[in-house]
Amino acid sequence: MAGTGKAHLHPEGDALLRVEDLLVEFPVGRTGLKVNAVTGISFDVLPGETLGLVGESGCGKSTTGKAIMQLPRPNGGSIAFGGQELTSLAGEGMRTLRTNIQMIFQDPISSLNPRRKVTNIVMEPLNIWGIGTPEERLKKVNEVLEAVGIDPERAASSRPYQFSGGQCQRISIARALVLDPKMIICDEPVSALDVSVQAQVLNLLEDLKAKFGLTLVFIAHDLAVVKNISDRVAVMYLGKMCEVAKSDDLYLRPAHPYTQVLLNSIPVPDPKVRPTGNQRVQGEIPSPVMPPSGCRFRTRCPIAQDRCAAEEPQLQALGDDHYVACHFPLRTAN
Amino acid sequence: MTAPINRPQEGTLLELRNLRTHFSTARGVVRAVDGVSFTLDRGKSLGIVGESGSGKTILARSIMGLLPKRGTIRHGEVLYAGQDLASLGLKGMRKFWGQEMSMIFQDPMTSLNPLMRIGHQISEPLRVHLDMDKVNARATALKLLQDVGIPEPEKRLDQYPHELSGGMRQRAMIAIALACGPTLLFADEPTTALDVTVQAQILDLIQDQRRDRNMSVILVTHDLGVVAGHTDEIAVMYAGTLAEKASTTELFANRKHPYTEALLRSIPRLDQPSHTRLLAIGGRPPDLITPPTGCRFAPRCPYAEDKCRAEIPELEAASADHSFACWHPVGSPRWQSKQDELVSTGVLSASGGIA
Repeated sequence: MAGTGKAHLHPEGDALLRVEDLLVEFPVGRTGLKVNAVTGISFDVLPGETLGLVGESGCGKSTTGKAIMQLPRPNGGSIAFGGQELTSLAGEGMRTLRTNIQMIFQDPISSLNPRRKVTNIVMEPLNIWGIGTPEERLKKVNEVLEAVGIDPERAASSRPYQFSGGQCQRISIARALVLDPKMIICDEPVSALDVSVQAQVLNLLEDLKAKFGLTLVFIAHDLAVVKNISDRVAVMYLGKMCEVAKSDDLYLRPAHPYTQVLLNSIPVPDPKVRPTGNQRVQGEIPSPVMPPSGCRFRTRCPIAQDRCAAEEPQLQALGDDHYVACHFPLRTAN
Repeated sequence: MTAPINRPQEGTLLELRNLRTHFSTARGVVRAVDGVSFTLDRGKSLGIVGESGSGKTILARSIMGLLPKRGTIRHGEVLYAGQDLASLGLKGMRKFWGQEMSMIFQDPMTSLNPLMRIGHQISEPLRVHLDMDKVNARATALKLLQDVGIPEPEKRLDQYPHELSGGMRQRAMIAIALACGPTLLFADEPTTALDVTVQAQILDLIQDQRRDRNMSVILVTHDLGVVAGHTDEIAVMYAGTLAEKASTTELFANRKHPYTEALLRSIPRLDQPSHTRLLAIGGRPPDLITPPTGCRFAPRCPYAEDKCRAEIPELEAASADHSFACWHPVGSPRWQSKQDELVSTGVLSASGGIA
């Protein structure tokens, strides 16, 4: 996979968020080694779009989400939000800008303060920024709670543990919405939820996106969920970008062997679909401390050749907004 | 390998008769499992599916006798190869654990002992239950690690759990569970903590081992996709009771219970275009201290009427391999009229799929 390159980026100015050559590394103790969490990925998100980021654990998708928020600051590359460069922004400037980008996390219960009333949790951002009078704040809080389907009266008298996991995720979403952000980064928001509740939260995100004109970055490992909610999907592997395409196109005609393998691994709720054991990927993701040379997926790739070890593939266009970083893609340009 | 040779190959292995597991708590009695009956044949696999809190894990643990004594109230019979396990105490159950039945848990990191080498953890049941000596146990452990497909098995024997990846830890857990050649293997959400690529590998592994060893497998999961390709039969649990039980092909082709239907409709599917509206199940599962009087799914069921709220439907056999507990199953007149309503209001497409 694994490639670098920026062929897939839209013209500057079109995108709300534009990430170029993002580099995030973590030191490994005092060994002098480093974890190559994200190595030179580029992507952009158009206003009003939902971009899905998928990949296995350790592919750097959550790190990417946090790097956008400058948590921690990336080691290299540029991140522009609405034309404003975030990597050089510090102090008050960054603080103000963060009100425009909010995050929702995987575990809804641990991301809410257990000792506070739900209304106060959701109101906190307004208090911090001193927005409106106390009455106006309460009105705003009740509005967003209504929008996510939580009874404001119950929220005023209850703490997070009195709500179910799905309801806590709704509360987290309300807290993210209360400052009227332009973009929400959703980091595995439905992974901890039951299928029935997962469907409720996915539908809610779609509704809120339309109602508040949001742009979403949706990070998840479940390809079926990502396909459902995203306009475009970016597939990541070991800190690199594999393939970027419109979501229906990606699932119908995957071009990267890794995307194909991921799709084949999904259990299909239909016993007539026979498991395709021979097309499954063997082994596990290599260590990001010493990633393979060339294409990082080559060690598990069913069609890898010598060239894949020597040369890193660049993202190339296949037409119709479909890009792939592979020397031997499963399909060629239109 | 180490399994007793004279085991029958066919026939009923496990039979539950009206099994009930309740817990007494400060708030009242929680009816976690409330009257479950089914049979499982040797060499077959059964999937138990349900939302969190449906009692599927408690059911598996009740069968294995892995619940705390204190506060647990158990009724009903668990017949394992004709013997009632429910009446056995801790001492009696020890004979069954490992050699007859064993369990794989969801989180391999917290289920393995972090201070003990992998080889030691696999040989422990061999030494305790099968009386093997150290050398033999180590050799068998090595063979087991090879069976479950761990790369470089010799090296792994002397490693600790933290040195293994999540997928490898789950393989080691499976090796421990298989060590004494059990006849019945429980897998409680064995792949929920794993990546989708590794999940596929682990499910295939359990399937292969079942075939090779003629084991019965009970796979507990919330994911209908996981059971579809990997079990012979499926039992759908809701609020401590069985809603529907059928062979896997029958269940997916001809589902009868509205809850099964609702579960299947709420899953995002790859064959649907993106931004397809999902049919979520409204509300949430009932409180098991005071469950609804009639059918437990009635408060969330789009087809429910007064009878559903008043009388409990029994699990009845519709055919040899299909039973369900519902007054207005899928295909009934009431279901049909409600279905037409949903189609006319545009919630469903005419084909019955999601609009």
